[in-house]
Amino acid sequence: MSGLAAGIRLAHFGKKVCIFERHNATGGLNSFYSFAGRKYDVGLHALTNYVSPGVKGTPLGKLLRQLRIDRDEFALCPQKQSRIAFRDCTLKFTNEFAVLDAEVAEKFPAQAAGWRALVQLVRTYNDVTLDAQPRSAREVVSRHLTDPLLTDMIFCPVMYYGSAQERDMDFGQFVIMFKALYLEGFARPLDGVRVILRVLLEKFRQAGGERRMRCGVAQIKEAQGRAAQLVLDNGEEITADQVISSVGFAETMNLCVPPQTQAAEANTGNLSFVETISVFRRQPAEWGWGDDTIIFFNDAERFEYVHAREQVDLRSGVICFPNNFDYAGRNLSEGIFRVTCLANYARWAQLPEEIYQADKQRWFPEVVRSAQRFLPVVAPEVLAAAQLATDMFTPRTIKKFTGHLNGAIYGSPRKIRDGRTHLSNLYLCGTDQGFLGIVGAMLSGISMANYHVLQGSTRG
Amino acid sequence: MTKEDCQKLVIDIIADIAPDEDLSAIKPEIRLRDQLQLDSMDFLDIVMELRKRHGIEVPEADYSHLASLESCAEYLTPKFPTKA
Repeated sequence: MSGLAAGIRLAHFGKKVCIFERHNATGGLNSFYSFAGRKYDVGLHALTNYVSPGVKGTPLGKLLRQLRIDRDEFALCPQKQSRIAFRDCTLKFTNEFAVLDAEVAEKFPAQAAGWRALVQLVRTYNDVTLDAQPRSAREVVSRHLTDPLLTDMIFCPVMYYGSAQERDMDFGQFVIMFKALYLEGFARPLDGVRVILRVLLEKFRQAGGERRMRCGVAQIKEAQGRAAQLVLDNGEEITADQVISSVGFAETMNLCVPPQTQAAEANTGNLSFVETISVFRRQPAEWGWGDDTIIFFNDAERFEYVHAREQVDLRSGVICFPNNFDYAGRNLSEGIFRVTCLANYARWAQLPEEIYQADKQRWFPEVVRSAQRFLPVVAPEVLAAAQLATDMFTPRTIKKFTGHLNGAIYGSPRKIRDGRTHLSNLYLCGTDQGFLGIVGAMLSGISMANYHVLQGSTRG
Repeated sequence: MTKEDCQKLVIDIIADIAPDEDLSAIKPEIRLRDQLQLDSMDFLDIVMELRKRHGIEVPEADYSHLASLESCAEYLTPKFPTKA
């Protein structure tokens, strides 16, 4: 998706652009697929950074302007409400920040002053500068919040929706996610991510961009410090003045000839996830599951966002009900219940196919049961009777379809904000450039296209 | 090309890159940034659209001339080819 956004910008301003995509579907980590007659979004729970029409100066507005998209084209429907649900405490939040603000004030009165200071710092922090030095978010936040429970609760959604790093994250990334989730909010088109992809594809086509599907880049050949040639999967050789790669930093380094193995190994992420998807013939609301759009849960003493030791870490996770957005009277025809948990890539990747399938079968109900602890009780036989279909992805699925090493959807812990690589005309966009979420993905493509290609061309 | 025509062309561009802004009451002598929510990305787009639509190059060193409608017209009008 970041590559598409970059492509739209460049094609709009008359550059000759071609996007090479190994897969047969567009969108990368923000794509969709069909399985047994149903369409599923790949990973997207919600578009973050949602603001109401008329709110200016936020990432959503910037991206709509930059891509010349009318916001109605995305047909975004806002969330109802979401929750951070820990063992002994729950914080509700919505697209109105005042709701979370009031929850924190009520449940953590002793933290009020620190919370206000933290929010003020986030609001005024320049999170889009391309040359910021990384600093520990835990360290900065601990100067304002002293209650470990509140700290963990605030970090839980922020980490789950974007952190490539265990236990901590860069404060700049924390700010991006805090704004995206709490100060702005969640929305979704009724038909999911494919609505957004359709708009992007159409813009790209209209602007004169070219796309080659099932046509991956196999090698980036170096000469005189430049990416001199791309070799495609089919052996074809392509030359380009400038190359923007959206496949990830380590993954890009691995394509380079001569290889950049050390750089790749030093910058490979290891946080991956499983997700279960249950499809029901009934709406979640019929079981009292109709209020929450997204629930971030944890029942461990401390919230630990870490590389899972077992195949799946059941202590925490994220529930998403795509039905529970405000679709203005309409809704999805079936109930959908998605649960995401941290998972261990190696423990999934090495299994023989038969055991892999059996392990998926075994973990599926465990993940669902773990999530149900944070929902109104529904008898297992009621759920089973209403269930139409299930699907589950693992770190192995992510690697297979997106090429992300270790199934690390948020890429490397080290982000390269200016997108530069060791080759002067090869740049990165997407998750390893460091803007997060689906809006972040698009803004990443936009800023890299602007900064390295369009601005450069006005310098004369 | 008069300065008024030139201002209108700039307004047309802004209307396309920032359709959510109200452009009906822009004061030509006041900085655009002070009346509209425009950031550096939007200014880059004004420059890029000038090149795309009118073939006019604005080097980075001259971006400050695009501050207000008036300064835009002052700077850009001579760059339009005069009718033969």
